[in-house]
Amino acid sequence: MRKRSKFLTWSAIAGLALLAVLATRCSPKQPQGDRPSASDLADAAKKTYVAPGDLDEYYMFSSGGHSGQVFVYGIPSMRHISTIPVFTPYPGTGYGFDDDTKKMLGGLTWGDAHHPALSETKGEYDGRWLFINEMNGRVARIDLRDFKTKEIFGPAPNVSGNHGSSFVTENSEYTMMASRFSIPIPKGTYAPIDKYASEYKGVLVGVKIDPKTGGMSMGFEILAPPFDFDLGDAGKGPSADWMFWTSYNTERATGQLEVTASQKDRDYIAAVNWKVAEDAAAKGLGDMIGGVRVIDPKKVPGLIYLIPCGKSPHGVDVSPDGKWIIGSGKLQGVTTAFAFDKIQAAIAAKDFAGEEDGIPVLKYESVKVAEVPVGLGPLHTQFGPDGFAYTSLFVDSAIAKWKLGTWEVVDTIPMSYSIGHLAAAEGDSASPDGKYLVGLNKLSNGRHLSVGPSQPESSQLVDITGDKMKLLYDAFTEPEPHYAQIIKADKLHPIEVYPKEENHHPLAIWDIKDAGVTRNGNKVTVKMVAVRSSFSPSSFEVREGDIVTVAITNIEQATDMLHGFGLLDYNLNLVIDPGETKTVTFTAKKGVFPYYCTNFCSALHQEMQGYLLVKPR
Amino acid sequence: MTVYEKSARFLHQPVGGGPRALLALAAVLLAVAVMLPLWNLTMFAPQYGHGLRLDIFSHTLVGGNGGQDIKEINLLNHYIGMHSLSVEDFTEFKWMPFAFGALALVFLRAIVLGTVKELTDSVVLFLYFGAFSLWSFGYKLYRYGHDLSPEAPVKVAPFSPPMFGYQKIANFEVYSYPRAGTYVLAVVTLALLAAVWLAWRQRNRKLA
Repeated sequence: MRKRSKFLTWSAIAGLALLAVLATRCSPKQPQGDRPSASDLADAAKKTYVAPGDLDEYYMFSSGGHSGQVFVYGIPSMRHISTIPVFTPYPGTGYGFDDDTKKMLGGLTWGDAHHPALSETKGEYDGRWLFINEMNGRVARIDLRDFKTKEIFGPAPNVSGNHGSSFVTENSEYTMMASRFSIPIPKGTYAPIDKYASEYKGVLVGVKIDPKTGGMSMGFEILAPPFDFDLGDAGKGPSADWMFWTSYNTERATGQLEVTASQKDRDYIAAVNWKVAEDAAAKGLGDMIGGVRVIDPKKVPGLIYLIPCGKSPHGVDVSPDGKWIIGSGKLQGVTTAFAFDKIQAAIAAKDFAGEEDGIPVLKYESVKVAEVPVGLGPLHTQFGPDGFAYTSLFVDSAIAKWKLGTWEVVDTIPMSYSIGHLAAAEGDSASPDGKYLVGLNKLSNGRHLSVGPSQPESSQLVDITGDKMKLLYDAFTEPEPHYAQIIKADKLHPIEVYPKEENHHPLAIWDIKDAGVTRNGNKVTVKMVAVRSSFSPSSFEVREGDIVTVAITNIEQATDMLHGFGLLDYNLNLVIDPGETKTVTFTAKKGVFPYYCTNFCSALHQEMQGYLLVKPR
Repeated sequence: MTVYEKSARFLHQPVGGGPRALLALAAVLLAVAVMLPLWNLTMFAPQYGHGLRLDIFSHTLVGGNGGQDIKEINLLNHYIGMHSLSVEDFTEFKWMPFAFGALALVFLRAIVLGTVKELTDSVVLFLYFGAFSLWSFGYKLYRYGHDLSPEAPVKVAPFSPPMFGYQKIANFEVYSYPRAGTYVLAVVTLALLAAVWLAWRQRNRKLA
């Protein structure tokens, strides 16, 4: 009896104790992922520290997204060195205020810059130009000799929502454009939304690049079904004649696309033989639409093929040797590798599964070589020198490292947070460098000092020298890096002053004796010199209503001797680099208006000022 | 005396002060449990370093971060076609507080009528209620993870969220643990079992 009651008492105690132990089990306060150890932090610090006065090893050109700019970073320090304004006025360099750049912007004050592309020779970055697209159908060319936007091509006719751009071909023959938001063409045509599947058209564009000057001109336009063409990459080596674009919404749906455009298990990669397109354009094939000839694929066999790729693919990336085409279905857990030789064999054997608007569709099973289980939400792939590929995973918020050929995933590293594109050192060229990889993340979410609701994006530097990827550094970027290009610094040799002998501007003057005002009717031209620490003339007089052109030559030939020309109450600011001449034209309004040097130049910078005097009429 | 006569005699025996006090405690704790969260689900992903939290009460769902976490969970779930979590969809939230009250009344009735029979009713009804609730909770989790819309943009294999402990679901670390309310109910269970034990011991004394 006693024994039993003792047993029961102990049972009760044991029960309570068990309850107490269970009650200590609860959800952790933080995820269980490891913080890097102290030695890793020291290693990361050493690898990213660029001592004062020392230089970075690589340039990174990062798209500025809807800020319409390009940001220049140094790697490995991740220091933001400079901003190159492209599609947006930028008072900091006077871009969009002087006559030439204002004309180049064409009245548009923003552009959604997405994919920078360095010019290539034999698939290698040659360091000459950087091309970058924006959504309103334009591509800009930045000259890497002076890091200035030199040309904006477009808006090109018919192309709408130019996202699948600016990817250049192996020898910079073309930079590309593609419609993400198909419309009835030419622009200005109306068709109701329920006619989307038949009357809306996608357009694929090749913009020809002059091999000497880099100047851009219309190459060809191809009529395509109203898919949402998304991203692209030009072939290399064996696939050099081909351009690849992913597409989603091959359902040709309208409305809430997040559901309606996500029903098919596979969408397409469009493979375009741009040599065939070039020939067709040279023969003048195609109908005139919106002022350009648009080639109908039905009439030009061999021009374009569709490769099924799961599911709503985002990035398509060609391996350094040009043999593999990697398509990443953003709504699945695998990235798909296609073999270029299998694609060619399938085309030769007419091994087609069907067609879309007369465009042959290849059989998935005939051209696919592997589905690589990289993780959830694969977007983009970059390459290393040793056959490794790196795929960004948006949903998993990570990068997966895997091997071409064996298709094995060997490592993953988390990104903070929600990675979009990624850029490896020369990682989309024919010979990637390895070493560094930058994850261009969409969310920075609390990894920086709080700056209120408008949060910066985060760009994270990853060391890819070892078997395991290692996070080195967090940098924060203004909105909004999409793609970036990383080029070895020694490939670029920028000038730091514009040599006097190269300045052929008709209004350039190099001596203050030549400064002055000339009048032709109500048109007034002012030739002005800016040099430490004065403007000549230091004042000038015009009449109300005159059309005034001020041409300012900065006659300095010393590095970093920039002068500004801020004209108060006229909403004008120029910055003139050493050896440069810039003009600005405005209509004079009566009164007296100071102008002054806005870009700090010298000990007597404050004295560098003058007056515009406008007599009433 | 046959075993039937023995058990009938035992069931009609009055219970003493000890079991009645334990019943009173159980009734009070039931009322307390209505106020407390019963279960918690916490989810971490790289982009959700602070976690998304969901507390389940007998009468409602409460999301962490001032309710925002439920909206966030629903936004994420719609990508994979899970049903949206909404309080209106759970009939449990209507009848569970009522059931707690009804059980408390059954306990009070047992104190007043005071025989082993009423005590046994209390214990059996409570254990049934507890077991049913746990099953129902598990089944609900199963259904949420399996009734995925065929039109979902992202197709995932059907899954069962964890009922107790840790599980990795896609890119999420998911933790599921009981909270205070459930532990209070566990104490209720212990109190009821202790009351039965005391009543049983009384009987043994009498028989001795």
